[in-house]
Amino acid sequence: MDKTINVTLKVWRQAGPKAKGHFETYKLDNISTDASFLEMMDILNEKLINERKEPVAFDHDCREGICGMCSLYINGHPHGPDSEITTCQLHMRKFKDGETITIEPWRSAGFPVIKDLMVDRSAYDKIMQAGGFISVTTGGVPDGNAIPIPKDKADEAMDAAACIGCGACAAACKNGSAMLFVSAKVSQLALLPQGRVEAKRRVKAMLSKMDELGFGNCTNTGACAAECPKAISITHIARLNREFIKAKLSD
Amino acid sequence: MAKKEQTAAVGTIDAKIPEGPLAEKWTNYKAHQKLVNPANKRRLDIIVVGTGLAGASAAASLAEMGFNVLNFCIQDSPRRAHSIAAQGGINAAKNYPNDGDSVYRLFYDTIKGGDYRAREANVYRLAEVSNNIIDQCVAQGVPFARDYGGLLDNRSFGGAQVSRTFYARGQTGQQLLLGAYSALSRQVGRGQVKLYTRYEMLDIVVIEGRARGIIARNLVTGRIERFFAHAVVVGSGGYGNTFFLSTNAMASNGSAAMQMYRKGAYFANPCYAQIHPTCIPVHGDYQSKLTLMSESLRNDGRIWVPKKKEDAEAIRAGKLKPTDIKEEDRDYYLERRYPAFGNLVPRDVASRAAKERCDAGYGVGSTGLAVYLDFADAINRLGEDVVRARYGNLFQMYEKIVDDNPYKTPMMIYPAIHYTMGGIWVDYELQTSVKGLFCIGEANFSDHGANRLGASALMQGLADGYFVLPYTIQNYLADQIQVPRMSVDLPEFIEAEKGVTDKIKRVMGIQGKRSVDSIHRELGLVMWDFVGMARNKAGLEEALEKIKAIRKEFWTNVYVPGTDMELNVELEKALRLSDFIEIAELMARDALLREESCGGHFREEHQTEDGEALRDDEHFAYVSCWKYTGEGNEPELLKEPLNYEFVQRQQRNYKA
Repeated sequence: MDKTINVTLKVWRQAGPKAKGHFETYKLDNISTDASFLEMMDILNEKLINERKEPVAFDHDCREGICGMCSLYINGHPHGPDSEITTCQLHMRKFKDGETITIEPWRSAGFPVIKDLMVDRSAYDKIMQAGGFISVTTGGVPDGNAIPIPKDKADEAMDAAACIGCGACAAACKNGSAMLFVSAKVSQLALLPQGRVEAKRRVKAMLSKMDELGFGNCTNTGACAAECPKAISITHIARLNREFIKAKLSD
Repeated sequence: MAKKEQTAAVGTIDAKIPEGPLAEKWTNYKAHQKLVNPANKRRLDIIVVGTGLAGASAAASLAEMGFNVLNFCIQDSPRRAHSIAAQGGINAAKNYPNDGDSVYRLFYDTIKGGDYRAREANVYRLAEVSNNIIDQCVAQGVPFARDYGGLLDNRSFGGAQVSRTFYARGQTGQQLLLGAYSALSRQVGRGQVKLYTRYEMLDIVVIEGRARGIIARNLVTGRIERFFAHAVVVGSGGYGNTFFLSTNAMASNGSAAMQMYRKGAYFANPCYAQIHPTCIPVHGDYQSKLTLMSESLRNDGRIWVPKKKEDAEAIRAGKLKPTDIKEEDRDYYLERRYPAFGNLVPRDVASRAAKERCDAGYGVGSTGLAVYLDFADAINRLGEDVVRARYGNLFQMYEKIVDDNPYKTPMMIYPAIHYTMGGIWVDYELQTSVKGLFCIGEANFSDHGANRLGASALMQGLADGYFVLPYTIQNYLADQIQVPRMSVDLPEFIEAEKGVTDKIKRVMGIQGKRSVDSIHRELGLVMWDFVGMARNKAGLEEALEKIKAIRKEFWTNVYVPGTDMELNVELEKALRLSDFIEIAELMARDALLREESCGGHFREEHQTEDGEALRDDEHFAYVSCWKYTGEGNEPELLKEPLNYEFVQRQQRNYKA
């Protein structure tokens, strides 16, 4: 309790999508190690506002690791140095006194910068709109227990469904590929009997939209899974590939 | 005709409850309501504000039916809405575990849990459609927990003696929202929903007494834009962030509600706020939000504090650890006080019991404002693996925040603001007191009375959006099919936009000395101290004075940097805070007026000898509906009487 550290921040500042960005350096003293990373950013912004300077724009909302809105690239890692958490769950106890911390936005062709550390991730929504669903309308569906689903399949579908759509996978990928994101949804729905009906159409539509939006291809480096805050496994990409080949063969 | 024609005089409240026996009201309503045929649906536009469980499910369902939907959210994607953070589960009366559940029992538990301050007909309908929700979500591919036979699993939640809660690990809200989001995405892909992300509604446009559109700000460019629709549906969530520190997301706000209120929609029961018993305690003055630990943990966790004050003192001083306290020196106070429900009493009861122990000097943690939630028994009984499978993500979340391993030492928890039962008044059709303006989900007041049971928020949000509003809105729209799309250059649109730009100019022009957050924190402390878990007359009167001072401070000394024609987070926050201040006043005013204790509203003057909430059904069995009467004027109080025809009101008893 009440342990504090001093840190130097190198923060990416960029006035708008087309503006040239640069790093600004800020010093913050006496930051409690119990503070979350975003609370440290709040302290920085409060300081900037009190100095009549413009605060740093960054995305965040739930601050409990589930909405997927926060998106900082910290010391070369999406969501920072700790594993299996989002930026909002990262705490200052993970940093050393006197450390310099570099903070950047997601850098990926699919995610253009809006301002400072805020990026546009609407491409992920567009991929979902292309096929990330089961085509059922409200009402007129069978009883929830009408189709038993083996527990292991349901559990594996849940593992995939845990994706929060934050974009860390594409930001971590040297190819800027969104494969882990796409595979999580494809895999979840392919594992469930309800999703099998449209499995072929779904995998083709989502992949084709991903390509169209400027995301790169997967070369199995595994950086996405290593940086994923929800530990989505790369095996889902393997399942996506199988689903895609099956779909193509039956064309 | 299922509903009575609205012939009532101006100023009285008609909830338009259909006639007939409780179990037949909704069926009768649907059988007799007006519908809109497919060709006419294509000619009608509906604005849906919000993309949480209520907003996304409504937008998707309305679009599936053939209406043109314009859907707005303040985040970068509909999937970020704060419904996503709901952890524990969703209730339904399926009775799959064969433990005696039924639609009536879910209805009854919800009415009782709400301390007999909700509408019978609404709550019965909620229980009735609960089963459809589970079926719908399964069909969408929501990966609910299953047992080894492949069937759906259930667990228990507070205020119930049956297991009726369906769940997807500790992230049920996420999975349900992603289900609704996928249905919504499908309609966006089809072009039936036009999606506006990073847009914030700043006013409602009313033409000749009917809601006909909204004014919204594009949060990326700062541009103010006008949108027309034949009806407006608002599912904007609750106003818990009035307290600054709450379990709500940072951008959750009450401004949409205040915009409706200022356009003539009544604000109902503003003082009913839920304080959730199991949140991670406050740890510093820089804290930005509070994190909930799911109520589902109370299935297996046992809540306790030391029996002896000296033990509690030693723990606070860091001289003793919780594991040093012997079994016989622990006070499992919920099991002691409420043997029938034990650790699974409703949230309001559990929160007050924690406060009582801490106020009496038995609290733990360095601040003394914490109690233990202990899993040692469950781990002994079930093994660590089973506990991990049930709650692994919650334990991980706790460990990352607190830096302590809850498998080894008990969690520390304390109550925090979580949900607001109060909200915009709606009738049985979910229509506000402004024609054509509907309100769904947490933003309305309708189903939870004075206290919401766990796993009922998800149920209500999806009930409203999938199964109620898409029907009831047609009863309104059937009369609107001749109304052509209107120009957004009509004087009402221009005037509403001017109101918005004037307010923005005024806020930007103050150029004072204080950040928005610093004023918001000050407001939050006043609310927590005087309008929080325990309230009294003197405190509420003091709160009203302090809120006045904070309003003055805001309007004379806030500083918003930058300009309005760009992405400006401080401006967004300032506009929201200006509304939180007004909500704070309404909450305190309502709490002062309600001279009884019920559910989440606890007036210290009104309690039983053993500290339980004491209702006054004779004088307060009504919904307080506050009507806006102009800036600076006192709002007018209207009452909707809560006449119980089917349930006998009782003193809530969770002891035996």
